[in-house]
Amino acid sequence: MATPKTRASSFSRNVPSTAAPQMPGVKSGPNGTLFLSSGISDLDKILGGGFPLGSLVVVMEDPEAPHHMLLLRNFMSQGLVLNQPLLYASPAKDPRGFLGTLPSPVSSKDDKPLDRDSEQEKGLRIAWQYKKYFGENQPNSNGQRDNKFEFCNEFDLRKPLQRQFLSGQRVECMSTQDSPDLAALHDRCATFLKQFFRTDGNISGAGRIAIQSFCAPQCTYFDKEWHVLSFIRSLRSMIRSSNAVVILSFPPSLLSPSFSKRLQHMADTLLSVRAIPDEDKDLAKLLTGYQDMIGLLSVHKVARINTQVPIILEAATFSIKLQKRKFLVLECLNQAPVDGSSGTSYATSGSCSVSSKGGSLDF
Amino acid sequence: MDNLLDRALGLDGRGDRWPLLGKVVLVEDCVETGGAFVVHHIIKRFLSPQPAAASNHSLILVAFSQPLSHYDRVLRKLGCNLVAQRDHDRFLFFDMLNLRFPGEEFRDDVKTGSSVLVSLFEKIYNAVRALSAEKNCITIVIDDIALMEVVANGSSDSVLDFLHYCRTLTSEFDCSVVALNHGDIYSTTEKPMLMLNLEYLSNILVRAEPLATGSAVDVHGQLMVFNKGEHDGQGTPGSKVHNFHFRVKENSVDFFYPGGRG
Repeated sequence: MATPKTRASSFSRNVPSTAAPQMPGVKSGPNGTLFLSSGISDLDKILGGGFPLGSLVVVMEDPEAPHHMLLLRNFMSQGLVLNQPLLYASPAKDPRGFLGTLPSPVSSKDDKPLDRDSEQEKGLRIAWQYKKYFGENQPNSNGQRDNKFEFCNEFDLRKPLQRQFLSGQRVECMSTQDSPDLAALHDRCATFLKQFFRTDGNISGAGRIAIQSFCAPQCTYFDKEWHVLSFIRSLRSMIRSSNAVVILSFPPSLLSPSFSKRLQHMADTLLSVRAIPDEDKDLAKLLTGYQDMIGLLSVHKVARINTQVPIILEAATFSIKLQKRKFLVLECLNQAPVDGSSGTSYATSGSCSVSSKGGSLDF
Repeated sequence: MDNLLDRALGLDGRGDRWPLLGKVVLVEDCVETGGAFVVHHIIKRFLSPQPAAASNHSLILVAFSQPLSHYDRVLRKLGCNLVAQRDHDRFLFFDMLNLRFPGEEFRDDVKTGSSVLVSLFEKIYNAVRALSAEKNCITIVIDDIALMEVVANGSSDSVLDFLHYCRTLTSEFDCSVVALNHGDIYSTTEKPMLMLNLEYLSNILVRAEPLATGSAVDVHGQLMVFNKGEHDGQGTPGSKVHNFHFRVKENSVDFFYPGGRG
């Protein structure tokens, strides 16, 4: 094949990239899937549109840092702002308290991160032969800018979400600490998802479920591995026939490796967050902008619904930064310019892929 | 059309008979590299229109992992219409995804778990018996074994029994059995009995792994195919190991030797 093609098949469907979504907050994607926004526009772009309806997103926590909360908070706020009902479960005694920490969306008159310039700049930086790898992602971002605020908002992490979004029947909370088994949570999820049962017609609404720190040690079901897996299997089957997205975070370091692997296989989208050690001189030398990073996000698996083609990302690890101390952004890791005297080699290139036998930093 | 995987599985022959008759194929994968495309490929080769021999091919798909809509869309892009095949009784879909135990799911009831597998096997046995009465060539596909273990509440004995029984079908009715399992789940277990037994049971082992150098857009991973009964050119029985790379596309999968990317 002389000409490299951006599309995998020789038949390209005539889907207009600016197809109007059936309702705000839901965007159509390839292969008949619909997307919900994660609440972080960078993450939506990385995942090729967002979280597909009917998928299970699993976030692997780092016990040393609460970064998974950032993902959960934005996910939850995004749903509430778009009037998508939310079910939130956590091991805390009073989960409703967490709602007070949800970020507020920026209104258009506030300053918002100007990503337009950086996108254009990106266009200049990419050498021509690598354009084909970006081809798949570009149509989404171009068409999305106009409808941006109907799908994905920018959130100001310093301002709490307005009360009006939290009132009403939109938010249900549940504590997983005291239930003797998972049946209560299962039933709660089942009832919640019934309202989003998928039919062949137009969708009437979309919902979100956020389960935080699943299998935390304080939960009574913590050591009942097969019950947990059974619950996840059942949840997965319920979500497949619903217009909803479940995001679930769990601490893999506190579970047995095979159990953790089983959970990872059940996920459609698999992410992990890691803390960045403070004052790490080696890292500071290796990466640009190290001081601004608050953590690392890795994308291990991207949901593949209705297709067998895997999404291979150019870079699988991103730095989590707070832009202007307010906005959550994800950036590719960039290797700092090598100092001539230090003599380190370019053995790992900045945009290289994840190595399965990689070191602590895979980028 | 011939490709490296077909050659490794023995599907490139010119005969009318389905070469995997009476054989058990185990596909192993990991989180980084999914192996479902191998199963899709075998399904497509089995069901898609070939010279007249395919008219009596019937496939039973025991799906724990995905709904029918997913398989239907994927296989349709590969050139195989599952819904049409189902209407002609060439394709049976056992929906195990929506299998739900009313309220007993989270109790320590191993018996419930294994009884599910027992009744599942009964269903499969009856279906196979009915199909083979019409002189059909049958393949049973299981996606996937790890989820079957969850359904059985962790009782790997029940799962192993189930698979042993499926194996009896290969000798009794000349079926093929194709199963997908996630090898990395067992890699930390000291004595992964289920895994070892499965690998022993199977005639052909296909393992999908990531490249040692990490993921790449052009090469999605590598396949290792271990065909225990493969005869080499001289006719002496032996086993052969094939290694090659692959790239998964919507309409097909490219297989090529390392560096031979076309």
